[in-house]
Amino acid sequence: MAIEKMSIAKALNESLRKAMETDPKVLIMGEDVGKLGGVFRITDGLQKDFGEERVIDTPLAESGIVGTAIGLALRGYRPVVEIQFDGFVFPAYDQIVTQLAKMHARALGKIKLPVVIRIPYAGGIGAVEHHSESPEALFAHVPGLKVVSPSNASDAYWMLQQAILSDDPVIFFEPKRRYWDKGEVDVDAIPGELHKARVTRSGTDLTLAAYGPMVKVCMEAAAAAAEEGKSVEVVDLRSMSPVDFDGLQASVERTRRLVVVHEAPVFLGVGAEIAARITERCFYHLEAPVLRVGGFHAPYPPARLEDEYLPGLDRVLDAVDRSLAY
Amino acid sequence: MTVESTAARKPRRSSGTKRAAGAASARKTAAATAQPHDAEPQLVQLLTPEGERVDAGDHPDVAEFAHFVADITTEDLRGLYRDMVLTRRFDGEATALQRQGELGLWASLLGQEAAQIGSGRALRDDDYVFPTYREHGVAWCRGVDPTNLLGMFRGVNHGGWDPTTNNFHLYTIVIGSQTLHATGYAMGVAKDGADSAVIAYFGDGASSQGDVMEAFNFAAVYNSPVVFFCQNNQWAISEPTERQMRVPLYQRAQGFGFPGIRVDGNDVLACLAVTRWALDRARRGEGPTLVEAFTYRMGAHTTSDDPTKYRRDEETAAWEAKDPILRLKAHLLASGGADEAFFAELEAESETLGKRVREVVRSMPDPDTMAIFENVYADGHALVDEERAQFAAYLASFEGGE
Repeated sequence: MAIEKMSIAKALNESLRKAMETDPKVLIMGEDVGKLGGVFRITDGLQKDFGEERVIDTPLAESGIVGTAIGLALRGYRPVVEIQFDGFVFPAYDQIVTQLAKMHARALGKIKLPVVIRIPYAGGIGAVEHHSESPEALFAHVPGLKVVSPSNASDAYWMLQQAILSDDPVIFFEPKRRYWDKGEVDVDAIPGELHKARVTRSGTDLTLAAYGPMVKVCMEAAAAAAEEGKSVEVVDLRSMSPVDFDGLQASVERTRRLVVVHEAPVFLGVGAEIAARITERCFYHLEAPVLRVGGFHAPYPPARLEDEYLPGLDRVLDAVDRSLAY
Repeated sequence: MTVESTAARKPRRSSGTKRAAGAASARKTAAATAQPHDAEPQLVQLLTPEGERVDAGDHPDVAEFAHFVADITTEDLRGLYRDMVLTRRFDGEATALQRQGELGLWASLLGQEAAQIGSGRALRDDDYVFPTYREHGVAWCRGVDPTNLLGMFRGVNHGGWDPTTNNFHLYTIVIGSQTLHATGYAMGVAKDGADSAVIAYFGDGASSQGDVMEAFNFAAVYNSPVVFFCQNNQWAISEPTERQMRVPLYQRAQGFGFPGIRVDGNDVLACLAVTRWALDRARRGEGPTLVEAFTYRMGAHTTSDDPTKYRRDEETAAWEAKDPILRLKAHLLASGGADEAFFAELEAESETLGKRVREVVRSMPDPDTMAIFENVYADGHALVDEERAQFAAYLASFEGGE
């Protein structure tokens, strides 16, 4: 067992390094991923060690990056693409939706598309426009894609390994405001299942379900609720496509109440789908309707307003109270 | 006969002086922009519409390209002719099958046989092709059974062949997307140290797409072994080339730093020669080339289209006089390269092909309902599994259901 304490950023970097050492077909592509190591330094030092042929600085064109990654995958490579920021993925959206997601099915299974698209996402870093968005539902809605997001360093390490090993395209959302949060990582541990949720705190009165950056907020909310005598369970979903409905259902059947939390707008978000499915699966167990906490149906606000916009401890607790009041 | 593109010739004379070639190209582009639009540039032609070989002795530029087909024998010419005739027959059969309700749609290649057979026959087995949805002639050259092309137009699949068997990717319907796939594949070929080449097909309309521009740029930046083969068939459904570009299409390559060349797309020999030249460049590590095959969509965009709404009969008639098949037939007849027996035999072979296509299409089974859920993911997906089971149970709930 080699347990090390490291940040999520470092865990991702180590994970990429291990994947490149393990499989010579793994490539990294993106803007500024080479000498600079990416604007968040996730690929720091990799070009120096693996060369320009494997860590590829690309022209500044997202559709081109993903489109050529598809071609490289068809040639037998396993490209790991970095999109610099969430709001910049949309020029590549066409290639992702019309080509990457469908090609395996169109070819009747004859070809595989092992492409990982890493996207630093969500807000909380005081950034300018287009640097704080949470577009995960736009990808989770697309058949053929898998969508995941780690919440901590350990998960970041092994989930990225598993995403790279996957023969399906994976959209890998990285919670950028948590990049520097440290946690223990067992680099020799056997990876878990990429799409399996995890109970990160046990409770009996209500389940909070979240992924990526909101897991930490939910953990804090659960701790605060405990001080008020409320026992709140927290489930880290990890995966938005597929969602581990079985795991979540097991939790909700115990607690009989569910609040789903994400930064993305609530309307037609991942929480909406979870609310519908869990209501269907747990109708006779539920003591309250499934509530959602998330972004508003408004553009992500200027940085000076983001503390109010983002779901924080109090907004989560407000939903907890409303659910318990039923 | 001259080759208008300086970029097309410059790198061959002075390899490794790409920058200088680019500078020369920039001047040329400026000059071309100032031209009135009807002053179309010259194109590479080895066989006139009347079926006469262009005399390389009189045209030094032609000699450069004629060199690339110097090995073509009379038998080879008959082979190219056969390819074009059978492709046209297959294509006509598919159009008829659509009219009979057997296909939902068909995108005819009528008129573009030379561009497709010429370029398709220039390829090696280890080369890789990224087609649009109209490359039936290229598919023929790659050995893809023509009846496999009909599945998607009948609505039984989205592409009925294994792309890796013939190195012929699935048809791509979203315009221009495949040029990026071709470029990425070519980047991989270069990484592997292979001397294979990649060819991306697209049309004049696609040249307006951002993806095509990005593909040009990526290929140039990484010096990738890819040939961009544009069939300029003059029409993007109802929009003429004037609505797509203000400079001759092949000149776009110059701005990206690689050669572009216009070839007579109805001259199978010239298409073969120019594509071989471009593929050779790719194999030698000299990077991408843009080939503009100047041709004509003699039919409709698809069977759903009505060209009488937007183009003149005179234009169509003028292009019919440049028919790619007629000119090679005239050449074969005049040169004694083929006799009546050859043409009669080929006619019989065409009949047989047409009959087989009809029979295969009419007996093509509908897929199993549960195929909806197949191959959505390579590694499986819990939601797909759940929905498959629910739908199966739903179907079984009907009387007579299983």
